[in-house]
Amino acid sequence: MRVAVVGIGCTKLGEHWMKSLRDLSTEAGALALKDAGIDGRDIESLYIGNMSAGRFIGQEHLGALAVDQAGLNPIPATRCESACASGALAFRKAYLSILSGEYEVVMAGGAEKMTDIKGSGAISTLMGAGDQEWESSVGLTFVGLYALIAKAYMDKYRLSREELSLVPIKNHMHGLSNPYAQFNYEITVDDVLKSPLIADPLRLLDCSPITDGAAAVILASEKVAKKFKNPVWILGSGQASDTLALHNRKSMTEIQATQTAARKAYEKANVKPEDVDIAEVHDCFSIAEILAYEDLGFSEKGKGKELLLSKDVMIGGKIPVNTDGGLKMGHPVGATGIKQIVEVVKQLRGEALNQVKNARIGLTHNIGGSGASCLVHVLGRD
Amino acid sequence: MPYTSVPLFWRLKKPKYNLTGTKCLKCKNVYFPPRNLCPECRRGGDVQEFQFSGSGKIISYTIIRTPPEGFEHYIPYAIAIIRLDEGTNMTGQVVSDIEKIKTGKRVVPVFRKMHEDGSDGLIHYGLKFEVVD
Amino acid sequence: MIDSMSVGIVGYGAYVPKFRISVDEISRVWKADPETIKNGLLVNEKSVPDKDEDTITISVEAGRNALLRAGIRPQEVGAVYIGSESHPYAVKPSGTVVADALDMGPELMVADFEFACKAGTAAMQCCFALVKSGEIKYGMAIGTDCAQSKPGDALEYTAAAGGAAYIIGRDPLAIMEGTFSYTTDTSDFWRREGSDYPSHGARFTGKPAYFKHVTSSTNELLKKLSMKPSDFNHAVFHMPNGKFPLKAAKLLGFSSKQIELGMVVTKIGNCYSGSSLLGLSRVLDSAKPGERILLTSYGSGAGSDSFSFLVTDKILERADLAKKTDFYINRKENIDYGTYVRLRKKLKGG
Repeated sequence: MRVAVVGIGCTKLGEHWMKSLRDLSTEAGALALKDAGIDGRDIESLYIGNMSAGRFIGQEHLGALAVDQAGLNPIPATRCESACASGALAFRKAYLSILSGEYEVVMAGGAEKMTDIKGSGAISTLMGAGDQEWESSVGLTFVGLYALIAKAYMDKYRLSREELSLVPIKNHMHGLSNPYAQFNYEITVDDVLKSPLIADPLRLLDCSPITDGAAAVILASEKVAKKFKNPVWILGSGQASDTLALHNRKSMTEIQATQTAARKAYEKANVKPEDVDIAEVHDCFSIAEILAYEDLGFSEKGKGKELLLSKDVMIGGKIPVNTDGGLKMGHPVGATGIKQIVEVVKQLRGEALNQVKNARIGLTHNIGGSGASCLVHVLGRD
Repeated sequence: MPYTSVPLFWRLKKPKYNLTGTKCLKCKNVYFPPRNLCPECRRGGDVQEFQFSGSGKIISYTIIRTPPEGFEHYIPYAIAIIRLDEGTNMTGQVVSDIEKIKTGKRVVPVFRKMHEDGSDGLIHYGLKFEVVD
Repeated sequence: MIDSMSVGIVGYGAYVPKFRISVDEISRVWKADPETIKNGLLVNEKSVPDKDEDTITISVEAGRNALLRAGIRPQEVGAVYIGSESHPYAVKPSGTVVADALDMGPELMVADFEFACKAGTAAMQCCFALVKSGEIKYGMAIGTDCAQSKPGDALEYTAAAGGAAYIIGRDPLAIMEGTFSYTTDTSDFWRREGSDYPSHGARFTGKPAYFKHVTSSTNELLKKLSMKPSDFNHAVFHMPNGKFPLKAAKLLGFSSKQIELGMVVTKIGNCYSGSSLLGLSRVLDSAKPGERILLTSYGSGAGSDSFSFLVTDKILERADLAKKTDFYINRKENIDYGTYVRLRKKLKGG
């Protein structure tokens, strides 16, 4: 039995001073229903990805909140959390719930409201994705975690500071005319190098922003999906775990959870990395995207930068990555995994802004923390 | 902020003040921060207290310039992943001059203030590291 | 008489933070004449603790050095007393943190001591008595301060940071031949609960305070032990600046040569409870067996503790077991006044 995505919706990503978490989740859900052309009452269960509403806005019990605000009581609602991979986790849970035979039509959403607390509070809250007792407690930040990875990678594989800058430059370019993106301007190497250091060697423009936003998708069993005009099939789903703390990993320069999750997803989908036409990867920081190219099998270990230098990861290239600008254009943590699905589905339907010609196989890649969890999904059209 | 909990820090005093970790007598792996369940042997393991010397070397580092809450007074500060001599990695601040901090340098522990819980709360102490000349 | 039952110092250790701010730099900001100040105080620069250092962290490092020299297991220490006028908490002992950090206890006596700059030597007297009476095997006395001073005040040139730890026990590297204290209610320097900075009596801190107590205590000790200044190779007096100990020496009949080795104040300023104890550690670093050392501390409020130490040959094997006082004095990095006020949290809201 196969499962398809039959509806998608995403709010604009940015600082939504006038919208609360409940406004964002309701908006995204409504957009997905509109896109699918179905009524809210057709949804049998909701999975909502959110990393840290408890610390950002003091709110737990998000399943109940989202369903209540949508007027969809009494359907079951489940909050899924895997740090920054919460969205993809919600997607996988929704997928498995249909595969199990329990449901036919399910919504998977993600939402995060990050701007109701001060910046320093957001920084501390995001470190909840790391090891609280042994990483956060010594003053490490999320940027710091990836900076440690970046330093190790740049030393080992001779990646230069200029080459690293190609990632945000590409993603700004891809997001330039995206009306949902948090930013709509191009940047140069000079801009990146002049932006303030956050945690050496990572600078402000290497980092995804603090964002409010929500996204939602509707999944349906094969029987139901066939009634829709443009279902996009979930070909494979992979999920893997690794040590919580970065210092406990076997390697500082690769994310094994990505490799494991990707292998599982490719296996289920019966595709190879070179079959992928478009990928939305987890560029929480510039270095993470380069690691993603390698861990997902798009390039050899240590050679990720070649895809940037050859422009293969740009629109028009062999394997366009982050065609909507990726996390650099907005990273409402728990929503990101769903947002990535939205872009891939658009691409496979042929409705994307930066459309990849003949996109048939798409991939999403969502990481939790510094690589302690990862989910990879492979989607395709008939 | 959860990580300033009084009982939590009190419970972690031995590892945080003295670098006391654990060792699984079955597979001989050492753990710092301490683990009470050996991830290799799981329930079949025999985990006992193990004292680390504190010496190690830097395998990667960064300089934090935008701090989390409570660390504003300390920026900029260096954080490194340190490979302890006994064979495991940990994350720690390095107090030496930034120019002295390089991957590969050897470090030893020094006792310092980690963090203050505001002007009324507790002062948390622990070990940071210093580059050995 | 030297025998293995004699009580004295079995281990000692020093610690001084690495930052220094010079008299030149402070006087630049306050538009004072540096030469006048340097000549008046005989102080060139003072030590400044880093953002993450305080009396507790300094005491731990000094204590660690003392344990290295003593060559004993931390668990053998039966009492720990930290003397300071800058304990990090108004209520919560520094001693418990230091004890746990050095892996001593929990079967341990601990209390914090406070008597301006002589809190550390008061702690030494208690350890001496506990060991002598057989109550404990070893006692650790630490004198440490991270002294605060009002911006623009004279004390700003000298209020410094540092500390030294002394482990008292039997079979020592320096026998404690005797001790004497002289104490009166004399208000030369004080700080009220809740005040950020201390107040002092300017010239009143001299004759009726420092000199009265330092000379009385020392003279009474000499009388008690039937000794004279010439019986001593070295003398260490509390050093609020470089002038006072020179004058005290003269008044008592000690030569400037005798006090030379212990005069750490010129390079690191006045470490308050750590002052005379750091002077002593510097002397011990290069003392020879058979040498005799006088130590007289002074704490405002006021009082002095005097001691006579007789160095044994154990010093030869133990002095090199840990970093010496000069290692810390010479390891330095000068900072400017802006960095200084940031580190010492003198900025409102900073």
